[in-house]
Amino acid sequence: METVWFAIVSAMLAVYAVLDGFDFGVGVIHRLVARTDEERRTVLAAIGPVWDGNEVWLIAAGAVLFMAFPRVYATAFSGFYMALMIVLWLLILRGVAIEFRSHQDHPLWREFWDTVFSLASVLLAVVFGTTLGNLVRGVPLGKDGLPGMPLFTNFRPGREPGILDWYTGLVGLFTLVALAGHGALYLVWRTTGPVRERSLAFARTAWKAVIVLWIAATAATALVQPDAFFNLVARPWALVFVALSVAGIWGAFRFPRRGQELAAFLSSCVFLLGMVATALAGNYPFWLRSTLDPSYSLTAANTASARYGMGVALAWWAVGIALTAGYLTYLFRSMRGKVGADPTAGY
Amino acid sequence: MSDGLPWHRIQFAFSITFHYLFPQLTMGLALLIVVFKSLALRLRDESYNEVARFWGRIFALNFAMGVVTGIPMEFQFGTNWARFSRFSGEVIGQALALEGVFAFFLESTFLGLFLFGERRLGPRRHLAAAVALALGSWLSGYFIIVANAFMQHPVGYRLGEDGVLHLESFSAYVFNPWALWQFAHNMAASLVTASFAVAAVGAYWSLMGSHARHAAICLRTGVVAGLASSILVAFPTGDGQGKMVTKHQPVTLAAMEGLFDSGPDAELAIIGQPNVAARRLENPIVVPGVLSFLAYGTFGSTVHGLNDFPAREWPDNVELLYYSYHIMVGLGTLFILVMGISAVLLRRDRLARTRPMLWVLMLAFPFPYIATTAGWWTAEMGRQPWIIHGLMRTANAHSQLVNPGDVVFTTLGFAGLYLLLGMLFVVQVLKEIDRGPAALH
Repeated sequence: METVWFAIVSAMLAVYAVLDGFDFGVGVIHRLVARTDEERRTVLAAIGPVWDGNEVWLIAAGAVLFMAFPRVYATAFSGFYMALMIVLWLLILRGVAIEFRSHQDHPLWREFWDTVFSLASVLLAVVFGTTLGNLVRGVPLGKDGLPGMPLFTNFRPGREPGILDWYTGLVGLFTLVALAGHGALYLVWRTTGPVRERSLAFARTAWKAVIVLWIAATAATALVQPDAFFNLVARPWALVFVALSVAGIWGAFRFPRRGQELAAFLSSCVFLLGMVATALAGNYPFWLRSTLDPSYSLTAANTASARYGMGVALAWWAVGIALTAGYLTYLFRSMRGKVGADPTAGY
Repeated sequence: MSDGLPWHRIQFAFSITFHYLFPQLTMGLALLIVVFKSLALRLRDESYNEVARFWGRIFALNFAMGVVTGIPMEFQFGTNWARFSRFSGEVIGQALALEGVFAFFLESTFLGLFLFGERRLGPRRHLAAAVALALGSWLSGYFIIVANAFMQHPVGYRLGEDGVLHLESFSAYVFNPWALWQFAHNMAASLVTASFAVAAVGAYWSLMGSHARHAAICLRTGVVAGLASSILVAFPTGDGQGKMVTKHQPVTLAAMEGLFDSGPDAELAIIGQPNVAARRLENPIVVPGVLSFLAYGTFGSTVHGLNDFPAREWPDNVELLYYSYHIMVGLGTLFILVMGISAVLLRRDRLARTRPMLWVLMLAFPFPYIATTAGWWTAEMGRQPWIIHGLMRTANAHSQLVNPGDVVFTTLGFAGLYLLLGMLFVVQVLKEIDRGPAALH
């Protein structure tokens, strides 16, 4: 049962990475690909109806983690106290930036919120990558739990690392570039004119950088956490996720050239899905690895909730997700097609 | 503050109080928007659609604030209340996960469609989107109240040998009788807030002599819904909620009412100041027997006063609890009066010309926010010293491994950020009200 819930939480996090990933990516490149006010309104209109729903996947995944693995939730959230508070403040600023921007027709007001939106998106993309890096690398979990982690120490992974070191920083940078490329392909699909052209050009460069950083991050993982790396090779089913990542990146290169915009965007979705799933599958059964003593690590088995609650939840979760898939299909179908700077759209 | 407990409590209390300023409007407003959209379709009157669109913009601003200030609430269970999360996560987590999966996806999807899809969807499907949005926001309220009701009156659980709570009966947990009353009371209060807001904008436009047609719609809807919900919030929902407290939290009842001595014919304090050190109510104006009647249905019933309970079982801030409760009840009574008079004037078709009453309606809208906040403070202060009634004390619930200084810093951070957001939010809303209703381009 705990394996099923490990997979469910992982899948929800992967979907979150794909969905909120594109609007973070759009935020990262917002000021680069959209220069005039009209172009920026177009970009915001492209994510306006969906960003909030995308963010819900984080809340829902968090709540499911809380229910299924309360000890992981309690330990990780209090251990990463400062980092999470900064994440919260950035999420708040980013959300209000999108909503407040359009309410005043004043160039400095709009310039200000565009910049807040971009900076918050960049920092959040890096922080989320860094978090994933921490899960793979391990944290100084002791017998009594995880004392408040410092944001950084000497930037070296080891027994007492900080949240940010060269390894997690590299994963953060990789995430930033991958999400920027992902967001660019979304804009290629949803917009026309100069925004589309610039996004297309940006995507070409970004995806080249993604390949380089992917290789670097994979090599670094083999060095820092060989266990997670070799787990993958030993688990043939996990190689499916690696294959997905490879297929995704191949599509992200191939389809834009042939003008198949939707296929290109879906390819980058597949790539991100594959990446997050690969990382979590390589880490299974660990939620939080201890750098001090493996016996202190939090695994799916030693943190799972009791059977009855997990069973009931599995039944309602299946119903809820089926309904959600229905709404989302309806939403994307209703909102399909290119967006323009529609004066009534509110952005 | 050796271990940071007061700061954990202040941070949570501040951020939840600020957060709930927004959902209390949006949950009620979602229903009123459905009313506007249905009337537009039924009466074939475009003015109702214009009013719905105007409130849709106000809704969107409030919704965005509610979302961004809501995320920290879920996070804080883990960051600030790690021992509580470890102890009760299997049970509390069910409600939060249900909310995420059933309410948030529904709400966020249809908000996007409601705000951006009016032309693409057409009138009927746009109304359906509004209904789905209202349903999502009410479901979300229900699941959060299930979590709170468990903390007030735990049911459907067992305490395992491993020292943590496990879910034992899903249906008992989700249909906690406390949750049913609390939800009814809370949603009626949410409608009060929304009705007063709608009526206030209608009064403002009327006084200014602008948007006459829309002003009349807002006044009528606000006053009718406001009167109905102001009555419902007191009876039967407030009464039912009070009886739950009487039955399951007798100490809390005594502290709320400022009752120190037990006895039959317990008196209801209308005003008075509790002096906890001296264990008496000072300068009281009381009505004999009424508290016995409200609590147990007969005037002669015995109500237990605080003196019947050891002081370590008392809520740890009797004074704040007493005042919060009395502010809620006092304002609630005034709401019935204000909406009652307005309804009489409306029926005689004189409300739009009675300027003093329009002034009252325009200036009254902050008070439901105060009453609702005071109501939640009553619920939360009243539960102390427990975080989960009878099972876990608040003093044992916060994260011990977090540096208390960090909590001081983040509390200040939230205070600064929310102050800034609050000011910007007010500016945006005033601007929208000034812009007024508009036709669909």
